Amino acid sequence: MSKRRPYVRPMGGWWKKNPFYVEYMVHESTALFVAAYAITLLVGLVRLGQGEAAWNGWLEAMKSPLSIVAHLAFLVAIAYHAFTWFKLFPLTMPPIIVNGKKLEPEVVVGSGWTAAVLAALALLGIVWRIAA
Amino acid sequence: MAPPVKRQTRKGKHPMSEQKIIEIEVLRYKPESDQAPHSEVYKVPFTDDMSVLQGVQYIKDNFDGSLTFRWSCRMAICGSCGMMINGIPKLSCESFLRDYYPNRITIEALANFPIEKDLVVDLSGFIEKLEAIQPYIIPKEPRTLEQGEYIQTPEQFSQYIQFTSCINCTLCYAACPQVGLNPDFIGPAAMALLHRYNMDSRDGGQAQRMELVASEEGVYNCSAVGYCSEVCPKHVDPGNAVNVNKINAAKDYFLRFLSPKGGAQ
Repeated sequence: MSKRRPYVRPMGGWWKKNPFYVEYMVHESTALFVAAYAITLLVGLVRLGQGEAAWNGWLEAMKSPLSIVAHLAFLVAIAYHAFTWFKLFPLTMPPIIVNGKKLEPEVVVGSGWTAAVLAALALLGIVWRIAA
Repeated sequence: MAPPVKRQTRKGKHPMSEQKIIEIEVLRYKPESDQAPHSEVYKVPFTDDMSVLQGVQYIKDNFDGSLTFRWSCRMAICGSCGMMINGIPKLSCESFLRDYYPNRITIEALANFPIEKDLVVDLSGFIEKLEAIQPYIIPKEPRTLEQGEYIQTPEQFSQYIQFTSCINCTLCYAACPQVGLNPDFIGPAAMALLHRYNMDSRDGGQAQRMELVASEEGVYNCSAVGYCSEVCPKHVDPGNAVNVNKINAAKDYFLRFLSPKGGAQ
């Protein structure tokens, strides 16, 4: 008779067992802040559709200390989310071959960042012009 | 003639001959008698050139002959001696006791696999996965002997060479929480091998393998933790193979509506 009795270890609390997993859970959970910010903007859009008074009410609400603190939290969390998202580029993207050589991970991540910063600056520029 | 130097055993004048002792805590499991694994601590004398594997061998030779573990080549090529060392999947032959001293080392069987006994895990699920990916060239154009060999350029070779370096040590499975949460997930190393054949210019089996890639057991189990590629001792980057095949599976799914003959090539 077989004496085999393979033991399966429980997975409970797996993400606390390794700093790498903790960081993974942190950067994945920053997605909740992205969602919260998107909902905030969406509410603004709905209020805009409801007329001037509703829109002004939303604008006032955005100026409250609570809202400012929340937006600072959004900024920090979304910046970290973006940082880790770009960091994953070399893992998730097909390798890019230039002159027969695979692009270094730093170059891939750096290009992502450059494109993101340029896009953000362009958007700010457009908003600036519209406001002026 | 000078008298022979007495061997120095106590702390003192000759630090060179001082015997260092490291504590190794091993997760033991005896399926015949144990309900669950338990830890045992051994005090192992060591020298700076000793690997963790040698530490474990010392325990087997001197303290408990029943301690069970796999090993073979002692030089990071056979892929047998993987263990969780302080919770991190590593080849014990290329991890050194000196790097952990004076702290205690904890050793455990590779995570996310059932423990067969002590440090030996049940790899049968992994072997089945390796078989499932059709790990052989399915010729694009079958050739007769008279037609000669399949020609491949260095550039075509470079497309897949990285994924041939896998030694099946399964450290990537021990690093992947998704494997632990769903043992049916085909997993990093098997996907890297699948990708190795898909990327081979002589192979035409991508469509055949796609069914598995896109299945319940396939690439979408991966949530891009990325630790598999981090712990790989051969820089295979299995995480990239998994994630590139997410793109391939998505392309295959959407392009089949445009190209009724069989989707993305």
